Amino acid sequence: MSAPYTIIIGLEVHVQLLTESKMFCSCSTKFGAPPNTQTCPVCIGMPGSLPVMNRKAFELALKTAVALNCEIPRFTKWDRKNYYYPDLPKGYQISQFDLPMSHDGWLEIETKPLSPLPVGEGSGVRAANSRVTRPHPNSLPEGEGIVSSSTTKRIGIIRAHLEEDAGKSMHDEVAGKADSRIDLNRAGTPLLEIVSQPDLRSPAEAKTYLTELKLLLNYLGVSDCNMQEGSLRVDANINLHIDTPQGRIATPIVEVKNMNSFRAVERALAFEAERQYRQWQETGHKLGEVPKSTRGWDEGSQTTREQRAKEESSDYRYFPDPDLLPVTITTEEVERVRASLGELPAALRARLEQTYGIAAYDSDVLVNQGRLLVDYYFRVAKTCGDGKTASNWMQQDVLRWLNEHQVDIGQYPVAAETLGELLAKVRGGAFDTSRGRQVLAAMLESRLSLGDAIRQVGIEEVGESAVIELCRQLLQANPKIVAEVRDGKPKGIGALIGQAKKKNPNVNPARVREICLEMIQKGEV
Amino acid sequence: MAISRNEVEKVALLARLSLSPDELHAMTRQLGDILGYVDQLSQLDTEHVEPMAHALDVTNCFREDRAQPSLDRELALANAPRRDEECYLVPAVLGEL
Repeated sequence: MSAPYTIIIGLEVHVQLLTESKMFCSCSTKFGAPPNTQTCPVCIGMPGSLPVMNRKAFELALKTAVALNCEIPRFTKWDRKNYYYPDLPKGYQISQFDLPMSHDGWLEIETKPLSPLPVGEGSGVRAANSRVTRPHPNSLPEGEGIVSSSTTKRIGIIRAHLEEDAGKSMHDEVAGKADSRIDLNRAGTPLLEIVSQPDLRSPAEAKTYLTELKLLLNYLGVSDCNMQEGSLRVDANINLHIDTPQGRIATPIVEVKNMNSFRAVERALAFEAERQYRQWQETGHKLGEVPKSTRGWDEGSQTTREQRAKEESSDYRYFPDPDLLPVTITTEEVERVRASLGELPAALRARLEQTYGIAAYDSDVLVNQGRLLVDYYFRVAKTCGDGKTASNWMQQDVLRWLNEHQVDIGQYPVAAETLGELLAKVRGGAFDTSRGRQVLAAMLESRLSLGDAIRQVGIEEVGESAVIELCRQLLQANPKIVAEVRDGKPKGIGALIGQAKKKNPNVNPARVREICLEMIQKGEV
Repeated sequence: MAISRNEVEKVALLARLSLSPDELHAMTRQLGDILGYVDQLSQLDTEHVEPMAHALDVTNCFREDRAQPSLDRELALANAPRRDEECYLVPAVLGEL
C-alpha cells in the first residue's frame, strides 16, 4: 500500500570549505582547538576592523558551483543578514542575498521507483557509505521481483552561495547553571550553502542525494564533509501534497534541523511525513494558514520537536555589506575552472563500466570509496590484465580488509602492482583462487614480499612438463575413469584431481583437469 | 516620513531591546525624523542612474589563504562583561522550546 500523499522535500546543505584560514580574516580554521584561541578583531566583531575575502574560499566555492552545473553570474556581492544571537558577535552574518555567486544548477542521482522502503538500512551492502540504489546482480532475493532498474533523476539546485559560520554556544544543563558558554573559534569559517529545489520525493531519495553530493564534494577536494565535526550540515524543508475529494492540497512547510547523519535525515523525514499527515487529519491546516515552523530532530526519542518560530525572510533586514567589495567573474575564468574539475563520479562510473567491463553495481561500489581507491584499482587491473578479476578482489578482499581495520586505501600494506602480479598468477593458472587468498593473507599478516609469501604458503610452481607427466601417470593408473570420460561421463575427473593434489599439493587443479581431458580426447592414453 | 509605533515595536523586538512606553514614544518620533530626513533623497531623479552594489568602483579584492596567529585568549575575552577561563558567558538563550 502506498501512502495517501506525496512527500515534497528540499534540502539546504552547509559545507565547510577546506581552507587554512577563515573567510574574512587570517585566523586558523583548524577543528578542535581550545575555546576562543582562534579569534581576532575581525571575527569577533570589534569596531573598526575590516574583513577581506579569502581567495581560496571563493575558488573552492566556484569549483563546486560549476561542478553542480550552476549558472555563474558575472557579478556577485556580499550582504549582511541581521539577527541577534549570542554566537553571532557582529549582530549580522555576512552572506549573499539577491546576487548569489551561483544559481540554477542540478545534480543527477540514481533513484529507484518509489516503493515502501523499510526505514533504516535496507539492503546494506557493506561500507556504510556505499550506495545501494542499484540492485546487486548477485544478491537479488529469490522470488522477489525487485528487478526495478534504477533511473537517473535530476535534482535542481536553486543556488549555492558563500557565507560565514557562527560560533558555538554550549549550555551545561546537567550542572543547572543559568549561563551559556560561547566559543567563537568557528565564527567566520567559510561555508557554502547549497539549496536544492523541492525535487526530492522520499526520505530515501533525500539520503541518496546527500550521498551523491558528499561524494562529489570529496572528489572535488573542496570539503572533508565530516558531519561529526560539523563540516557538513543538513536542514530539510518538507511538506505533503494530499489528494482529497476537493482537489490536491499542500500541508504547511516544516523546516527540520539538528540531524547528525544521513541516516538521521532519512528517519527524521520519514517521521515528519507521518506526523504532518496525522496533523492534517486532526487540524486540516493547509499551507499558508499557519506560519512556517522549525522542528529539531531528537535522536533519543526518534521524533521531531517544535523549535522557535521562524523569523520571516524580511526580518533579517538584508542589505549590502559596505565593508566588502563585490566580485566579478569572467566567462574565461568559469571555463578554466570547468576544465580543472577532473573526472567526477558519474563520468568515472561510466568509464569503469565501458573500459573495464564491470557491472554498474561494481563501478558504484568502487567509485563510492573515493578517487584514491579507484586509482589503486586501475593499477591492479592494468598489472593483472583483467578488470573483472581486479574488481572482484578489490571488493571481496581489499575492501573487507580496509573495513576490518578501519583504514583507507593509502594504508593498505600491499602495493597495487604486487596485488596485480598475484592476480596475474592466479589467472595464468600458477595456483588457484583459494591459494591466492592464502598468499595475500601472508603478505598482509607478515608483510612478506610476493615471492616470500608464495614460498611460505608452500607453493612451489610446478613446471608444465611435471604436470603433464603426473596426469599421464594418473590416467594410466585409472583406465576405468578414462573409459567413462570417453563415454561422455567426465565426473571421474574430480577423483583424478584429488589424487593429483595428494601427490603434489602445488599443482593447479584447473590445469590438471584441462590436461587430462585433452589427453583423453587426443587418445594419448 | 512617519513610522508607526507598531513598526518600532517590531524593530525593537528584532534588536532584542525592551523599551518603556515613554521610550517607545520618543523612538517613534526620532526614527520618523531620521527617515523623513533621508527621504529627501527620493526627490532626486534617478531614472537614468544604474543601481550600484557598492560606493567604490573596485572589485575582486582578495587575501591569500594563510593562517596567522590569532589574538591571545586573555585579550579576546578582556572586554567580556562575564566570562570563565575559556569562554564568554551569556544568559541562557530563551525562546527555544
